[in-house]
Amino acid sequence: MSLAISSRATPYYLTGPALLVFLGLVIIPLGMTVLLSFYDWGQYKGIVPEFTLKNWIEVFTDSYFFEIFLRTFRIAILVTLATMLIGVPQAYILNRMSPGWRSAILLVVIGPLLVSVVARTLGWALLLGSTGLVNQGLIALGLIAEPLAFMFTETGIVIVLIHVLIPFMILAVWASLQRLDPQIENAALSLGAGQTTIWLRVILPQIVPGILSGAIIVFSLAASAFASPAIIGGRRLKVAATLAYDEFLNTLNWPLGAAVASLLLLALVAITVGSNRLIERRYSQVFE
Amino acid sequence: MSHLVLNGLSKSYGGVTAVQSLDLAVERGEFVSLLGPSGCGKTTTLQMIAGFVAVDRGNILLDGNDLVSVAPNKRGLGIVFQSYALFPHMTVAQNIAFGLEMRGIDKAERETRTLEAMALVGLKGFADRYPRRMSGGQQQRVALARALVIKPALLLLDEPLSNLDAKLREEMQSELRQIQRSIGTTTILVTHDQHEAMALSDRIVVMNHGRVEQVGAPDTVYGRPASAFVASFLGKTNVLRGTSDGHGKVSLGSLSLAMAGAASGPVQIAIRPERLAFAAVGAAGLDARVLSRVFQGTHWLLTAESAAGALTLMRHNDGHPVPAEGEAIRLSFAPADASLLREGAAG
Repeated sequence: MSLAISSRATPYYLTGPALLVFLGLVIIPLGMTVLLSFYDWGQYKGIVPEFTLKNWIEVFTDSYFFEIFLRTFRIAILVTLATMLIGVPQAYILNRMSPGWRSAILLVVIGPLLVSVVARTLGWALLLGSTGLVNQGLIALGLIAEPLAFMFTETGIVIVLIHVLIPFMILAVWASLQRLDPQIENAALSLGAGQTTIWLRVILPQIVPGILSGAIIVFSLAASAFASPAIIGGRRLKVAATLAYDEFLNTLNWPLGAAVASLLLLALVAITVGSNRLIERRYSQVFE
Repeated sequence: MSHLVLNGLSKSYGGVTAVQSLDLAVERGEFVSLLGPSGCGKTTTLQMIAGFVAVDRGNILLDGNDLVSVAPNKRGLGIVFQSYALFPHMTVAQNIAFGLEMRGIDKAERETRTLEAMALVGLKGFADRYPRRMSGGQQQRVALARALVIKPALLLLDEPLSNLDAKLREEMQSELRQIQRSIGTTTILVTHDQHEAMALSDRIVVMNHGRVEQVGAPDTVYGRPASAFVASFLGKTNVLRGTSDGHGKVSLGSLSLAMAGAASGPVQIAIRPERLAFAAVGAAGLDARVLSRVFQGTHWLLTAESAAGALTLMRHNDGHPVPAEGEAIRLSFAPADASLLREGAAG
């Protein structure tokens, strides 16, 4: 065997183990899920391996599913917008901190990711309940007379998802802020620009790719989140992920659940790839 | 009154003095370099003039008006940064027009002036390029055009050529000088490169440890350094130890010189290697012994040892035999070429 061939094969050997794990744990189960979505199912006959489109037709025609998917993406969009609004200024402040403070605050920022999802969400349930800390506080301050409904509402789900997903936005924006020329603000300042102009005309356009990649991560994680909507939203307020779960484990209609899960995946892949393309085309000229 | 006057300008960072009571007067149209090693306070001085760093004490007077209390975006100064700090998301034309836009100048005039500035720095036809798609030299021209298009009262250059390779740097040096001459903008350059400072400036301000060591025309600062630091920072030099009798006589080993202004006691004398010559046979001179000699094409570089200290001398390759290692030599120089160094300023 010649050296050229063996060295050409080296990358495959090196990535082999990871590829096998990826294939065995992601691709094959995913393929089986997609396949399952085309199987038939009946209350008494269970899963029948016969090709049918009825699950997909049901998912696409029943307004019940439409409503749930609409809610899922509404929540995801709200969470994405909120993490942008909070995360971008926070990343900017973080970037300007002294190194000591920065590492301390960075730990606070990624804090939500260090806590188990169930413990964190139950903690939020304690805070957001009708007798929870937030409502009690607001009543004590005299801002509201009646407790606000956070539990089992979209508002509650959005608040909890913002908390856990904002680190992804902050880190993505911070990474692009670090690539800015440290003198760029001074350059704009010397040319007569005020702080607002510097922000809007100089800083923001340069960190748009970072904001958009953060938004893609936050959006897909928010749309596919399970634990937070399950605990805060409860049984009644379903999103796509909890819907698929219920179809699998409560109704035992695995093929329908598989169709819901596949559709969610397809929608997310389409949105992610689509927006990535858009970013690349828009910014390839400016940023390499 | 001078165009720009720095009056007792001081800045310290947490107890560390960056600039200590700096006084400087710059005339209109003058090209002045702040030269010194890193940490000498030259960049801090520039940033205080620009307004990026708050002034602890002192004034910055531009045409008699104090700039200290003026916000940096109201000072109207043109600045070229070491990293150029171009706006990567804007084209060359947008970069250059940015300052005009901030001044509320209408579109037609903005376009004319942008094109003029681009022609001035030799960037015709690059209007729609993005900075990332340009070479370092071209980016530097954009930065210069962006700073000049606003017709600044002062042009501040912060190590503008240090990111270019040697050949391009030389080209840009002469071009920068020529542009500055043609538009006559008062310019302050910060650099650690002595050649750059000497090639470009009308006057050089040599700084060390936050203080001014010497201010003068390049040939003066080079030829008659005021302190041992200046002598050693600008080019190669010999610092010789001698004693003064306090009445205008300085003795250096076997040589006795007439030098006014030295108090009685030990003194330091600086003399450039190219100004040392071999003494005529039988004439007075400084006895030394050759330690090494290196051939460098146009000249020989000799190191020698004398009673007044080690010294380096340059001997033009003019066909005369050059003394070999270990040979005894006698050196002389014109007293005017030697400078008496200030006490206690050894770098």
